[in-house]
Amino acid sequence: MSTTLTVSAALAWRNLWRNHRRTLIMLSAISVGTWAMIFLTALTQGMVTDMVRQGLAVLPGHAQAHHPAFRDDPNIVNLLPIPDSELESRLVGGDFVAWSTRINVPAFVASERETRGVTLLGIDPARERDFTFVELDTIDGRFLETADDTGVVIGRKLAETLETRVGKRIVVMSQSPDNEVADRGFRVVGVFRAELPSQEEDYVFVGKATVQKLLGVPDRVTEAVVFGNDFRNPEPVLGQLEGFVSADGVTAQSWKDLDVYLSTTLAAMDGFVLVWVIVIFLALSFGLVNTLLMAVFERIREIGVMLALGVKPAAILLQIVLESMLLLGIGLLIGNLLAFASVELISDGIDISMVADGMEMMGATSRLVPDLRMQDVVLANGVVLLLGFFASLSPAWRASRYEPVEAITTVQ
Amino acid sequence: MTAVRCIDLCKTYRQGEEDIKALDHVSIDIESGDIVCLSAPSGGGKTTLLNSIGGLDRPDSGEIYIAGQRIDTLSKSGLAELRLNHIGFVFQAYNLIPVLTASENIEFVMQVQGRSRGERRDKSEEILAEVGLAGMGDRRPAEMSGGQQQRVAVARAIVSRPTLVLADEPTANLDSKTSDELMELFIRLNETHGSTFVIATHDQRVMGYARRLVKMLDGRIVDDIDQQAA
Ligand SMILES: Nc1ncnc2c1ncn2[C@@H]1O[C@H](COP(=O)(O)OP(=O)(O)OP(=O)(O)O)[C@@H](O)[C@H]1O
Ligand SMILES: [Mg+2]
Repeated sequence: MSTTLTVSAALAWRNLWRNHRRTLIMLSAISVGTWAMIFLTALTQGMVTDMVRQGLAVLPGHAQAHHPAFRDDPNIVNLLPIPDSELESRLVGGDFVAWSTRINVPAFVASERETRGVTLLGIDPARERDFTFVELDTIDGRFLETADDTGVVIGRKLAETLETRVGKRIVVMSQSPDNEVADRGFRVVGVFRAELPSQEEDYVFVGKATVQKLLGVPDRVTEAVVFGNDFRNPEPVLGQLEGFVSADGVTAQSWKDLDVYLSTTLAAMDGFVLVWVIVIFLALSFGLVNTLLMAVFERIREIGVMLALGVKPAAILLQIVLESMLLLGIGLLIGNLLAFASVELISDGIDISMVADGMEMMGATSRLVPDLRMQDVVLANGVVLLLGFFASLSPAWRASRYEPVEAITTVQ
Repeated sequence: MTAVRCIDLCKTYRQGEEDIKALDHVSIDIESGDIVCLSAPSGGGKTTLLNSIGGLDRPDSGEIYIAGQRIDTLSKSGLAELRLNHIGFVFQAYNLIPVLTASENIEFVMQVQGRSRGERRDKSEEILAEVGLAGMGDRRPAEMSGGQQQRVAVARAIVSRPTLVLADEPTANLDSKTSDELMELFIRLNETHGSTFVIATHDQRVMGYARRLVKMLDGRIVDDIDQQAA
């Protein structure tokens, strides 16, 4: 068997280069096809990853804990039943990349000119610095400094709408647990920029302790949020969070449950990649099968001679399949290298702001950074090799079924 | 010893409405070490007989023995095994595998047989010298003349010492001088290696070299001449 393999492999290799032109054309097709599979998948994954990251930075983190009724009614009434100081002391003991506890309630903000509905986030800035969507280095003024900070930080878009700016005062209104209107004037200490205009419009940051005081809920919060290493796999941090809070009747959920749109998009991507890879392969397979059939047809006579000399039909089959796999292997290698190089070339991202208005609707930003995932690369290569193997079986089978007597006397 | 024994071989082809008897009750014994020429006008049944003996084709009826072993009842893979290990073939033309050099063509059969690299190399060098192609082992078929290619084919046929070498019109594409050289090569190899040669031809020059001349017509043996005695 091993000699059959060496003989077949040597013949396959030589025969591959017999018709340079045809082989090179086929190689370019396979390379470009592979490049398209991997590179375009990396771009799409980059877009989706970005979209999910942005989505997660805004609110859900990788997992969150809430009062069971909070998701249906994000009201200050539905506070976490655990005191914040107690909750924090538990979370400190967890193995999280980052975590925070917040008050997250609907509110109104008003300037002399305008009133807007927003989401009021009472945060401990020290905890949120690491993962907030606020671009801290381009902030106008300053970000919150402590949980006791009495200033307010708003987005650029909101500042424009309210016709306000750093140093001016705005009023924040919300509801206390006993249904009283709670309002207070705040000085705007910072105006932030974010990747998405909607983030600049909808979120208003105030110190956690200041909000607790405003709403009359000392040492209480509405949510805890934790981050792990990999947003695709939130289960480890979700498990820990559950362990910390479930005994108190608090619900912990991963971002996949909290943001069904994002999670189904992410899940659909895997299916999309597979379909994309198969579609490209199908286009390639016509060329591949045709090339092999031509190669076999041109060689009927020598295949006949080999069979006459006593070479087993299985060895002829092996030779043609090997020839096909060599062709695919080289094409894949070049295609992979091209794709890796292309990804490397634009690893800083490409500016797509020209079309970014449309992209923003999907929650993606104006800079597209490709996300080359090994499992997509393996999938693309695996699909090509596997389907390529099956596609080459028919020409190979045909070659191995020749009758030597007829094949030798074939006029070519 | 008898290298080949054919008993009452028949083979009929249908061509349109007509039945063509390619082999019509053919019986023949061929002694080991002999050089036999099968001669017949075109369509006489030479190729059919040769292919049947070589296990490339199957008669409709009759029995064939090679070195005492019955072969017409073997399976396809049994026949492939037989051809690989016991029979050498030389065809009319385009015998060689174009992507392999002369040496590699000669080594090919030994490689399929599973012989070691060293053995293959030694034997192919030896046989190349014997067929007068020393130093040309690295040439591809396309870089050689028709006569040289046929010599390589003969070298490949004989290198693993088969019981029998079958040649179907080996000189058909060669000029007369080259044909003579090829036949002289057959004679020489027959003497040195003691292999049995069966050569199908309708070339008068080739017949002259054979020790035994078997004439066929319409699938029947019509004459069997011992040319040594003559
Ligand atoms: N595959 C086939 N199908 C139909 N008829 C065939 C086939 N092979 C051979 N024949 C017929 O059988 C007869 C004998 O053919 P064969 O090839 O054995 O003769 P030959 O002596 O080798 O002739 P040539 O000198 O032309 O090579 C011929 O009439 C030929 O037409
Ligand atoms: Mg013939």
